[in-house]
Order: sequence, then structure tokens, then C-alpha cells
Amino acid sequence: MAMTVTEKILAAHAGKESVVPGDNIWVDVDVLMTHDVCGPGTIGIFKEQFGQNAKVWDREKVVIIPDHYVFTKDKHANRNIDILREFVKEQDLPYYYDVGTDNYKGVCHIALAQEGHNRPGEILFGTDSHTCTSGAFGMFSTGIGNTDAAFILGTGKLWVKVPETMRFEFTGTFPPYIMAKDILLQVIGDIGVDGATYRTMEWAGDAVYRFSMEERMTLCNMAIEAGGKNAVIEADEVTLEYLKGRTDKPHTIHHSDPDANYYYKKTYNADEMVPIVAKPHSPDNKAAVTECTDVKLDRSYIGSCTGGKLTDFIAAAKLLKGKKVAIDTFIVPATREVEQDLYKTKMDGESLADIFKNAGALLGEPSCAACLGGPKDTFGRANSTEVVISTTNRNFPGRMGSKQSQVYLSSPYTAAASALTGHITDPREFLNN
Amino acid sequence: MKKTIEGKAYVLGNDVDTDQIIPAEHLVYSLTDPEEKKNYGKFALSGVPQEAAGLPDGNHAFVDEGKFESEYTILIGGKNFGCGSSREHAPACLKIAGIQAVVAESFARIFYRNSVDGGFFIPFESKVRMTDDIKTGDTLLIDLGAETLTNKTSGKSFSLKSLGEVIDIIEAGNIFEYARKTGLIAK
Repeated sequence: MAMTVTEKILAAHAGKESVVPGDNIWVDVDVLMTHDVCGPGTIGIFKEQFGQNAKVWDREKVVIIPDHYVFTKDKHANRNIDILREFVKEQDLPYYYDVGTDNYKGVCHIALAQEGHNRPGEILFGTDSHTCTSGAFGMFSTGIGNTDAAFILGTGKLWVKVPETMRFEFTGTFPPYIMAKDILLQVIGDIGVDGATYRTMEWAGDAVYRFSMEERMTLCNMAIEAGGKNAVIEADEVTLEYLKGRTDKPHTIHHSDPDANYYYKKTYNADEMVPIVAKPHSPDNKAAVTECTDVKLDRSYIGSCTGGKLTDFIAAAKLLKGKKVAIDTFIVPATREVEQDLYKTKMDGESLADIFKNAGALLGEPSCAACLGGPKDTFGRANSTEVVISTTNRNFPGRMGSKQSQVYLSSPYTAAASALTGHITDPREFLNN
Repeated sequence: MKKTIEGKAYVLGNDVDTDQIIPAEHLVYSLTDPEEKKNYGKFALSGVPQEAAGLPDGNHAFVDEGKFESEYTILIGGKNFGCGSSREHAPACLKIAGIQAVVAESFARIFYRNSVDGGFFIPFESKVRMTDDIKTGDTLLIDLGAETLTNKTSGKSFSLKSLGEVIDIIEAGNIFEYARKTGLIAK
């Protein structure tokens, strides 16, 4: 029977020949990921349901990555990391990336990729809605709550309703000033914040396959902002190249059958894409950058799982090199690996880190930081009426801190161009020079 | 499972996201410690913009200053209720504040799933938009058997969608009790 890549992965993990959208199935889980915000609650439910001395179903399949509230004086937040430490010790878990050690990573979705936990054909659940990011590796990945995570910890299984698939195909070639983030904001704007509710967003087409793994992760990262259950891009040579040196575990590459059933299909011409922002207070409040150039800004923020990878900072550095920012500009690498790359990667002999510092931007430690506001002392948090342009994923009221702040979502190119002028600026103004 | 749920309505609009339901700065409290957990009730819906807090007029506090529970026990929402984060603190905080049912035109996937699997309250979907016909403070009666919601203040009734396949988990109480009943995990 013809199936999509998502259907094939789910069928294989349910011990079935085939599945169709709407089927309720129990699947075997390959990886469960949790972090400091949802880990303690998950552990609490696990113990309550399976007993104080219960052991997790498979210690090799649990990954714990503290990343949300890491560099804060908040006593509850720090206590929560102690709960993770104690559980890891008690369960003897091999994949824990502790705060304050050389093993600290940063934002979970990027760390999962860099540490080799994303593998084609597998099923990964995480207690974070942006777990859909891992779909860039041709796997099924989605966000769940504490209860479902505790259920997996005890059983290694979870029920899933097989989603319908929406396919977004890009033919042609993206212009050089276009990033995955522009594509994503375009599509979310087209289908709306509930346009993919309960469904899979499958990204395809030659233009998409030419994207690096980091750009593919960005594309998959915001499926949840359209209500999607998961996002997926078929694994290929680019995927295999990224996996080299990160994991040697066996994996399976699935392809969607040409005659698979889709709920929706749309083909875009990549050559026609333009820089996009999402205006306050919704990720689907789409506008072309050229329509918003009169918006004055107080701050530019470049970071998070969506916009804090090396590719994102290379883009920002291209614009900021040799110039000065006009507004407060925050640079927050997603992980330690990205942070180290900021020092190692050079443009005309100058490291990205130096380019940012010399431009007057502020560099923060790798973590989720102000993407979701967080405790009051969080780096880059909007504590007042700031108007922010940000490479993050959500611009809900109060998302980056204060309810009075306003957030425009954009690509790293647009955020960097805007940092230089103090108002929303089309990156072509700088890239064409 | 109860046959009816009666209580005062608190009305919200479309796309109520999890940052409005429980702002991220409050996600630090324990969900197991009975005293600390009360904070989730205190801050439930504290991220909703003033003008949208308790429609149609807005400016209604969901939980009064200094309190940990709300006088409202039924939430009415529009489309895409609970969008955003997977934080289970969102349905949990509503339950801790005293919410017994959320009735919306549609739900975001993870919030819906968390409400059912965690057994916090029943998420009902309405067949039509109700946010124009129910005011914050109205007395509502949900009849689970008849699948209706009646606004006792105005007399108007609304049909609810069937709970469908999740009814088994709702009746069992949560995903763990359901798995025990069906033999997937030991009793």
C-alpha cells in the first residue's frame, strides 16, 4: 500500500504492514528527551505511577538536556536541575548533559542533532513542542506532555493517532537572501496557526533538498506554530554526511511513495520567495519585510533552536561585519558547539564572535534564554515595552517576557539588517552591496 | 465519570496560547509538592492580555488577588485553544485553579492530548462558535449524556461534538488507568 514517509515510520514501529491516517496505534519509542522545565514533573508522575524504585524502560534511550532556565539565580529553577541530577544518578543514565560541566550542551533540539540522537527512520518524543525539529532527519518526532513522557519512561510505548500529511514542495532555486525561516513564515502565514493541526508537514522539492541540515532543522522547527504534529524531510546524502562522526547506530531511510495519499499538496516557486516577518502577536501574521520598514525597533535578538545555529550566525555576521549596530543586539548561540564555532569560524581573518563584539552586539551563554521570557534575570528578556525583531519561533503576547513588549519574527538576515538601522530592514539593502 | 458539570463561565477568544495560560517564568514550581503547586492556580491565565481577560468586556481577573482558586469552573474558548508549548503545566494550572471543563471550537493538539492523558478535565469541542453567546459569569450546565451545553443565564443551548475515541481514556481517568484496564501495564 502506498504510504508517506511518516506513515511508513509509524507502521514499522507498530509492527504493522501499513497504517492510514486516523488509525490509533501503539508505537515503540526509540528516544525520549526531556529537559529542566518538564523533566521534574515527568519524573514525579513516573514515580507515582510505577513506584519509587521503578527503573526506566531502557536507560540507553533516555536523553536529558537541561537548557531552559540555566543561567539564573531563581531558586526553584536551580532546584529543578538538582532533581534531574538525582534521577540521572539513581537510574544511571548515560545521556545527561549537565549544567556547569564540560558536558553542558544547550538548547535540546540542536543538541540532539549534534550529539547523534537524531537518526533517520526512528521515533523520538520530547517534552517540548519544538521536538518536531528532529523531523529534518527523516524521522518521526513530536512534542508531548509530562504524563505521556512518564508513560514512555515506564513502558517504552505511546499511543499515536496517525496524522494526515500536507506536502509543501519548492521547485527552482531560493534567492541568496532567502533563508529557511522566510519560507517557514511564508507557509505558516498561508495556512494559519491551526492550518496543520493534527497533521504532518512534509517539506520536499529540489530547493529544499539543497538546504543544509541546519536550514532543514529550521524548516521543521516551527511545524507546531501551524498546529502540526510533526514535520519531516526525507533523509538523503546531506543527512548521511551530517551523521558521520556523530552516530554509528543503524538507521533506516524511508521515502514517500509517489502515489501516497496527501491531505493537501502545494508547490511553490522558490525563485519568487521574498524576506518575510510575522508581526505581533501571532506567527501567522505574515508581511513582506518591504511592507514593514517603518517599524522602529528597540532590540534585535538572534538565537534559539530556530535561529541560533552556526548557519544563522554566519548569515548575521555577513551583514554586521565592519559595521555598528544601532539598537541593543543579543547573540545567543543554541549550544556550546555553536558557541565554539563562533570563535573558530572566520570571515577575512575575523572570527564571528569578534565580528559581533566589534559591531557592539552582546553575546550570551548557550540556552533557550529570552526566546520564552523565563525568569526575570534571563539574558535578553523583554522586561518592558520593547519592540523586538527576533529569529525565535513565537511572538505570542508576553512570550519574550513582558506582556507590553512586541515581537516581530524574522530570518537572521533580516534581524541583522534591522539591527544596523534600528527599523525593520530588507537584508537586500546590505547583501547587494 | 460525572453526568453533568455546572459552573460559572470564563470566556476567552481564539488562539489562547500556553504562554497566556501559564507564563514561562512560572514554570519553575513543583507539580508534586501540594503547597508549592498551589502557585499554578494563582498564576493560571495570568498571561492573557487585560482586554481579552473574561470576554466580552475583558478586565476580569480569572483568579482574584491573593487567591489560589478561581470562582469560574468552566472555560469557554474559540479556535485553536491551547496552542504553543507542550507544557503540561497549562492544563494542570487550570485544574489546580478549579476548572472542570474547557469547551472550545477547536483545540491545539498537544494541549488536548495532555488534558485527556493526564485526566485534568474534559476538553469538549463545540459544533458552533459560542464566544458571542456566552458572557463571563453566566451559569452553564454541561450534560455529558446529551452532549449539550446550556447557558442557564440566557436559556440558549449548544451541541457539543462527541468525545470520540478518547472517551475510553476519559472514562478510565487517565492514560495509566486506561493502560491498566486494557492490560498494557500491570495493575
